[in-house]
Amino acid sequence: MNVNRQEALEYMRKMVLIRRFEERAEEAYGQGRIGGFLHLYIGEEAIAVGAMAAMKPDDDVVTHYRDHGYILARGVDPKVVMAELYGKTTGVSKGKGGSMHLAAVDRHIWGGYAIVAGHIPLAVGLALANQYRNLPRVVTCFFGDGATNNGTFYSALNMAAVWKLPLVAIVENNLYGMGTAVERASAVSDIFKKAASFEIPAVQTDGNDLLGVRDTVRTMVEMARAGEGPQLIEARTYRFRGHSMGDPQRYRGKDEVEAAKERDPIVLWRRSLLESRLATEDDFRKIAEEVEAEVETAVRFAESSPDPDPSELCANVLVPG
Amino acid sequence: MPLITYRDAIRDALREEMIRDDRVLILGEEVGVWGGTYAVTRNLHEEFGGKRVIDTPIAEAAIIGAAIGAAMGGLRPVAELMTINFSLEAMDQIVNNAAKIHYMFGGQIKVPLVIRTPAGWGQLGATHSQSFEAWFAHLPGLIVAMPGTPRDAKGLLKTAIRSENPVMFIEHARLYGLKGEVPEGEYTLPLGVSDIKRGGRDVTIVTYSRMLHVALGAAEELAKEGIECEVVDLRTLRPLDMGPAYESVKKTHRALVVEEDWTTCGMGAEIAARIGRDRFDHLDAPVERLGQVEVPVPYAKNLEALMFPDERMVADRVRKMLS
Repeated sequence: MNVNRQEALEYMRKMVLIRRFEERAEEAYGQGRIGGFLHLYIGEEAIAVGAMAAMKPDDDVVTHYRDHGYILARGVDPKVVMAELYGKTTGVSKGKGGSMHLAAVDRHIWGGYAIVAGHIPLAVGLALANQYRNLPRVVTCFFGDGATNNGTFYSALNMAAVWKLPLVAIVENNLYGMGTAVERASAVSDIFKKAASFEIPAVQTDGNDLLGVRDTVRTMVEMARAGEGPQLIEARTYRFRGHSMGDPQRYRGKDEVEAAKERDPIVLWRRSLLESRLATEDDFRKIAEEVEAEVETAVRFAESSPDPDPSELCANVLVPG
Repeated sequence: MPLITYRDAIRDALREEMIRDDRVLILGEEVGVWGGTYAVTRNLHEEFGGKRVIDTPIAEAAIIGAAIGAAMGGLRPVAELMTINFSLEAMDQIVNNAAKIHYMFGGQIKVPLVIRTPAGWGQLGATHSQSFEAWFAHLPGLIVAMPGTPRDAKGLLKTAIRSENPVMFIEHARLYGLKGEVPEGEYTLPLGVSDIKRGGRDVTIVTYSRMLHVALGAAEELAKEGIECEVVDLRTLRPLDMGPAYESVKKTHRALVVEEDWTTCGMGAEIAARIGRDRFDHLDAPVERLGQVEVPVPYAKNLEALMFPDERMVADRVRKMLS
């Protein structure tokens, strides 16, 4: 495997962190401490962790609303992410964004956006700015299979292809757009084939295979950086939880979900690390303990943080001056 | 002061700001090689090249979304929507991205963007003759300018380009050929400041964009009868500076709003509500509104001519208010 022990454990730590973060968020939602919509990333962790490992820290990231995984994978402190979910003033977006609108511009995370496909043109624009300014930064834009049925996906990628922008579109195909199976909503179930209409390079990869994701993203990001224009990756995965909280999941059977868990990205990674003797059960235990403490700290931080001051209501509508 | 057209004034503003700041770029349909459908950007492609004057596909959501992204990424894009009617295709980008991003992420991201687009009509039929300024003026997080003169257009556009905020800059296709005095050399005008274009004691006419000229024409006619109208040009619709209109109403005790848009839920409704609330004691009559007929705009020339307020209609309404 093309990975050293330190990297291997770091990837594991990040996937477990996202998993436990999401489970604690789910718990807090059940207790009424988190409101609104909550879209969990459980089952898809290898994509965010693999992709971030492939990118440079100043490569730009624009994401959809199932966005907790990316910001955590980029290394933003889980405290300020959890605080955002709690709507606290210490949150990354000062409590004004919530679960679907996480951003950390200092880490080049340009935000989670909640209108399906509506953020893809923003990624095109960021890539245009990078090209215009001769910055060697690539923009990655994450969205789901459902977004590829929306016209904005086509108009944005067409524009990126015409202008040969340094953009990598990463489609997380988790097989359902909300509750509608991909084949019931998309004329093409292999989403990467849609890239053929722009004649841009596109590949399909196993989104639960961490190293596969990392290496695919690395290849495509470096092609984009080298001036070869936009690229598209379809990472096939599966979401273990409902679309959002309170999803009765009438559209799929329990057996299907259980079968998918056989290919849990964390389980797969653990297995390959044991097989390749890069890590031991002790390492995993240590990671689990550390992550537990980190997430506990995040939850406590969120709970003990103050609500936004009422004066925040009218702040940041416009830039003053 | 030299007399130049509204179109040339806007082009001068673009050109001067592009020279001043190399982060300023123009993108839109036919803005480059063609020179702009209304010739506003003519010759800029030749002068600044395809990197800074970018022809786009006909894809308004992508144009505006990309312009927002470019603004987030450190540029100062001026995106052109060929007409305001096409803004509907970009509505999600304007409403959910341009107007929200600064707030929604707690102030982390700025969107210094200008969207230039003309309203207007001229036998263009129902879908190409609209005036959506009230839709945009409804939105917190957006600045909406709608200048009526070459001088205002140039000064406000320069300020809009330098602004850290997203600005909808609504021009008017029927004003592009209008000539007016424009100061020589560098000047800017502040956004969010209304302007009295004609002084008068009898009736306050609050208006903006092309209707400014209709109102001024009516005021000229009425002056012959001894009726003096004060004409307030809003220039910016959000933030809305009601100061000059409020001052005026203290003197005239009567106000008429003239807009080219449908009046239902239009700018006039907002202005009437504000004057009614804040200057109630000064009013001798309800605030009146005059706008276009509440139907889609027809093609036939004679029918279209019945659509919009003209000088005679404004003058008649003022006389009625005073009778």
